[in-house]
Amino acid sequence: MITVQEIIDGITQAFQLIISLNPDLLEVTLLSLYISLCSTLIATSIAIPAGGLIHFHEFAGKRVIIAIIQTLYSVPTVIIGLVVFLLISRSGPFGAFGLLFTPTGMIIGQTILILPIMIGLVITALSGVDRNIRDTLVSLGATEFQSITQIVREARFAILGAVILGFGRAISEVGVAMIIGGNIRGETRVLTTSIALETGMGNFGLSIALGIILLVIALIVVLIMNLITASALSDSDRILGGPQA
Amino acid sequence: MIRLSGVSRRIGEREVVSGIDLEIHRGEIFALIGPSGSGKTTLLRLIDLLDHPTSGSITFDGSPTDGPEHERRAFRRRMAMVFQKPGVLNATVEQNTAFGLQFRGMPKEQVHEHVMSVLEMVGLSGLSQRRAPTLSGGEMQRVAIARAIVTGPEVLLLDEPTANLDPVSTGIIENLIGWINRERKTTVILATHDMGQGQRLAGQVGVMMEGRLVQAGEIYDIFHHPVNRAIAMFVGIDPIRHGIVQSNDRNLATIAVQGTSIQAVTSLEIGQRVALCIRPEEVTISLPDTCAPASSARNCLAGTITRLMPYGPFTRVYVDCGVPVTALVTRQSGEELNLTLGARVNATIKATTIYVIPDQEPEHPSPHGTKDAR
Repeated sequence: MITVQEIIDGITQAFQLIISLNPDLLEVTLLSLYISLCSTLIATSIAIPAGGLIHFHEFAGKRVIIAIIQTLYSVPTVIIGLVVFLLISRSGPFGAFGLLFTPTGMIIGQTILILPIMIGLVITALSGVDRNIRDTLVSLGATEFQSITQIVREARFAILGAVILGFGRAISEVGVAMIIGGNIRGETRVLTTSIALETGMGNFGLSIALGIILLVIALIVVLIMNLITASALSDSDRILGGPQA
Repeated sequence: MIRLSGVSRRIGEREVVSGIDLEIHRGEIFALIGPSGSGKTTLLRLIDLLDHPTSGSITFDGSPTDGPEHERRAFRRRMAMVFQKPGVLNATVEQNTAFGLQFRGMPKEQVHEHVMSVLEMVGLSGLSQRRAPTLSGGEMQRVAIARAIVTGPEVLLLDEPTANLDPVSTGIIENLIGWINRERKTTVILATHDMGQGQRLAGQVGVMMEGRLVQAGEIYDIFHHPVNRAIAMFVGIDPIRHGIVQSNDRNLATIAVQGTSIQAVTSLEIGQRVALCIRPEEVTISLPDTCAPASSARNCLAGTITRLMPYGPFTRVYVDCGVPVTALVTRQSGEELNLTLGARVNATIKATTIYVIPDQEPEHPSPHGTKDAR
C-alpha cells in the first residue's frame, strides 16, 4: 500500500529531479513533449480544414459522418495502438518504412488517436458561431474562403479548446506509446510509459514525480497556446483578464 | 433599379413569400411593412441575393441575378444589408467596420481612413478600439450600419433596424438612414413592423401579409384607404363589419350596419356587403345633448362607452353605438368631457372620412383570413 509519506517523498523527489535536471528524465520529458506536440500540430492542420469542410457543406450522410466521428472519441488508445501496430509492423502494409518502435510511429498513432476528437470539436466550435454572422459576412461581399476564414477566427477560443484537448489526450495516453513505441529506454520511452514501468517496479515516489512533471509540462503548454491564440489575434486582454475597453 | 417579378420562396412545405411583383426605384426609401412572420426578412434576403427564389426572377438594373455565384457576389457588393440582429464579430469596432472593404481587397491604410470617417459619421469614432460585443444594442446597430455603408453601396437593405431599441437610439438611427439617402443618394429598402417608422422615413410603402405584397403605394393611402380588413387593423383601424349598401346617390351611400344607418362616400353598389374603415382620430366625441352641428353627410351616433385605453398622450375610446366605434381623443379633452365607462356620448363621423371596403370574407374567418381578401 502507498502511504502519505510516499506521496510526500514523491513530491520532494519530483522537485529534486527537476532541479538537478536529471539527463534521463530530461530525455523522457522532451520526447513526450516532442511526440505530443507534433501529433497535435499535424492533427490541428488536418482537423480545422476537415471540420470546416464538413460544417460548411450540406451533403447526404453529414449527420452520419458526425456521429461516426463522435463515436470514435471513445476508441480505447490500445485499439488504435493495435491497429497502427498491425499496419506498420514488418509484415504490415507499411512495414517497409520501419516505423515500428520509433517516435515517428508514435506520432502517427497519436495523430490518428486525437484526430476524431479534434475534428468533432472543431465542428462544434464552428456551429457555435451564430448563423447570422455567416449571412452578415456573405452580404458584406465575402467570398466563401473569406467568410470561412472569419468564422474560424470567430470560433478561435472554442477551436483552441479542441487543440488543448487533443494535446492533453496525446501527452497523457499510454496505449499507443506502449504498443507502438515499446518503452525502449533512450529511444521511445516517454513520461506515461515510464510511470507505468516505475509503478510496476514499485517505485511509487518516482511515478508520482513523473506525474507531477507531466502536469507541469501540460500547464506550460496550455498557457503558451492560450497566449499565442490571443496575441496572434491581438486580444490578449481577454486571456490576461485586462480591461475590456 | 431592382425589379421582382413573381418572386416566391418555399422553405420546406411552406411558401414564405409568394408571387411578389415589385419595383424599387433608384434613390427612394421603400418601406416593407407588415406583422412579424409576414415574409419581410425573406424578401430582403432574396433581394440581397443571399437566397434563391423558388420561382420568379429578380433583376438589378435590368440584368438577371440568377447567374453563377461570382456574378451574384458582384451584384451583392453593390448592396449592403443590415440584419435585425446586428451580428457583430468578436473583434474591435474598427475591425468589424472594415470587413466589407477588406473583402474587396482595399489596401490597409485606405481601409483605416474610410472606416474612421464612417465611424465619425455614426458617432462611434471614440469607440473604435472597443470590442464590439461589449457595446450597447443601439451602438451595435450603428456598427452594423457603419459596416454596411462604408463600402458605399447603391442599395442599403435594413431589416427592422430599430426593433428592440430605445426611442433615443431609434431616433439616431432613423436620422442616419434619412441622411444616407439624402446625401449619398443611396436607395434604401427598409423592413419594419412600425407603421410610424415607415411614415417617418419612407416615400413608398409595401404592406406584406402572409407572404404576399397586399398593397403598395404612398403611406397616406395605406393609412386611410387600406384594401382589406387585415391591413386596416394593422394601421390602427377597427373596421366595422357586416354592412350592406342600402342606397347610393352619386357616391353618397347609406349603409345599414347591424341595425344602424351610416352615411359614407363610396362607389360600391346597392346590396354590396361592406366593412367600414374609420380612422379613430376622425371620430369626434361629444356629450349626448350637444351633437356637433349637423351639416351635410355627417353621422351622429349615440352610444355608451365600453372601454377606455390609454394610448400615448391619447385615449382610445370604444363606444357601442349599436355598432362598435373607436375614437381617439387627447387626454385633456377626455377629462373635460368627463369620459367614464358606461357614460352616454355621441360619436360624430363625417361621411367623407369613412372608407368603405368590400367585406367578402366568410362569416367565421380562419386565423389566416387574409388569404382570399385580395
